[in-house]
Amino acid sequence: MTDAVVTTHDVRRDYHMGDEIVHAVRGVSLEVTRGDYVAIVGPSGCGKSTLLNLIGGIDRPTGGSVTVDGNRVDTMRDAAATRFRLVSIGFVFQRFYLMPALSAAENVELPMAEAGLPAARRAERARDLLAYVGLAERRKHRPAQMSGGEQQRVAIARALANSPKLLLADEPTGELDAKTGAEMIDLLGRVNRDGTTVIVVTHDEDLARAARRVVHMRDGNVVDDHRQNGA
Amino acid sequence: MLFRLAWATLTSHRARTLLAILGVAVSAAMLLDMVMLSSGMRSSFKSLLLARGFQLRLAPKGTLPLDTDATIGNAAEITSVLRAMPDVETVSPVLGGQLHVPRDGKTVTATALGGDAASQGDYEITSGREPRGADEIAASDDFLRVANLRVGDTLSAAAGYDPQLRTFSGTRQLRVVGRAHFLYMAAEQRAVALPLETLQAMQGQAARDRVSFFMVRARQGANVDSVLQQIERAVPKVSAISTESAIRQIDQRLSYFRQLAFILGTVSLVVGFLLVTTLVTVSVNERLGEIVVMRAIGVARGRVVSQIVLEGSAIMIAGAVLGLGLGLLTARYLNSILASFPGLPAAIDFFLFEPRDAWSALGMLVAAGILAGIYPSWRGASVPIATTLREEAVG
Repeated sequence: MTDAVVTTHDVRRDYHMGDEIVHAVRGVSLEVTRGDYVAIVGPSGCGKSTLLNLIGGIDRPTGGSVTVDGNRVDTMRDAAATRFRLVSIGFVFQRFYLMPALSAAENVELPMAEAGLPAARRAERARDLLAYVGLAERRKHRPAQMSGGEQQRVAIARALANSPKLLLADEPTGELDAKTGAEMIDLLGRVNRDGTTVIVVTHDEDLARAARRVVHMRDGNVVDDHRQNGA
Repeated sequence: MLFRLAWATLTSHRARTLLAILGVAVSAAMLLDMVMLSSGMRSSFKSLLLARGFQLRLAPKGTLPLDTDATIGNAAEITSVLRAMPDVETVSPVLGGQLHVPRDGKTVTATALGGDAASQGDYEITSGREPRGADEIAASDDFLRVANLRVGDTLSAAAGYDPQLRTFSGTRQLRVVGRAHFLYMAAEQRAVALPLETLQAMQGQAARDRVSFFMVRARQGANVDSVLQQIERAVPKVSAISTESAIRQIDQRLSYFRQLAFILGTVSLVVGFLLVTTLVTVSVNERLGEIVVMRAIGVARGRVVSQIVLEGSAIMIAGAVLGLGLGLLTARYLNSILASFPGLPAAIDFFLFEPRDAWSALGMLVAAGILAGIYPSWRGASVPIATTLREEAVG
């Protein structure tokens, strides 16, 4: 028995664009073990973000199966998939997507509130998580009052709010300058070292180098899959 | 967190939220005014007719009280017949006419009501006393002001005036014994009350033992319709009108007001509905990225919808509360304009605030606002997450 957190089996995703069918993902089979740090790389349009979305249960495959932590996310009904994402998966997006009307702490508290955590416990955890990402002093600030790097760190804190087993990050350094990007790479490495399985989709070579495993995609297929950094 | 997010979103767009609340408030005020207009006149008229407890009016056959110059003969006998009826408690015979009072080189004319001070239902004494003696009158404030008279003064008054010969007829010396508020008179209408026999005598032979109408109060617990039928059988030359049938006649005459109120009220409701739909649709489209991210991080669709609907509802409730005040202010202003409507008693309120109707109107508005918010918020919360995120990233 393997200790796989993510297993995709012959997963495919087709899109209709007018009369044309775009084969975004063409039968990808992948296994990600618990605690791993995987970077999915490849040219734009190769299907890497689509694969990440399929793993995260925010998109449904045209064929094949996706299993996360022993649960078939591809067959889950919407409500069950939503709940599963809430408690088992953390998402980080290229554009941060924080709630602009809420403070940093409130943004971090949002998934915990949805999970039903009492106000006092979520406030305490939000404080801890913001301290973890180095923003203890910025917890009352709104996104508009923070830099891109700070917003992305809040987004990571939000993704970790319900202690997910899996963190999915889509181009997390895409909107950041080199220095802030490097800080982000460090932070993701720390998150992984602290026990969370991390899968990132990236064009950023530095970020890909930080991962233990790199999966290369081209035209919807995995063309290379190797371990690095002595992993 | 749901309330916090809704509140934070509303306060982060202060100008837009305020404008939306004002828009809803105007719509709510108009709806409230229309509801007040549609039911106000009816209720106000009914309470006016029942102000002194008289449920029946008897007018010459085929007329309404004081609608024409027609009078009813054998008034004393009819009064006795009516008073003898077991279900009749009070009978108040009234003769209408005019009183001309030459004062300081001009003639002040007033509507005169001759009646029985003990049973009358046309006025309330505000100072002094009721006119009981043969040479006594009570007068309205406007009459006393224009004629420059006070309670205790004596005046010379005539029941008739020939404008061609410029001669008065039925002249008599009268003493003002009271100041009165006349219930059924129009605003600034000058009026006096005096004993029935005095006015009959002043009007001469033509008014001898005649009255313009009777007011009848049925005994407690008596069936008014049954009393009406008994009267019509006993006195065939009168038309008996109950308060209910008077209201029906008023309803017919003023159905135009109600239709207008219904149409404008419906328009207000639709405007409120469209306003919130537009607002929520714009808000959802503007925040589609946020909404799909909330869905992606595991916020349930119902919760997202609730949060957006809550924002719309908060605007509707705030607008409705503000609209309530605005509606009452505009109603008061419009009432003051319409109070001078010719031929209508000054005591009639066109816009009458009846809490139950007002709350149901505002409740309808709030319900419309909630319904208006559900569709766009559900649509927003149901867009495909991955596709929308990709489009947002490209956009």
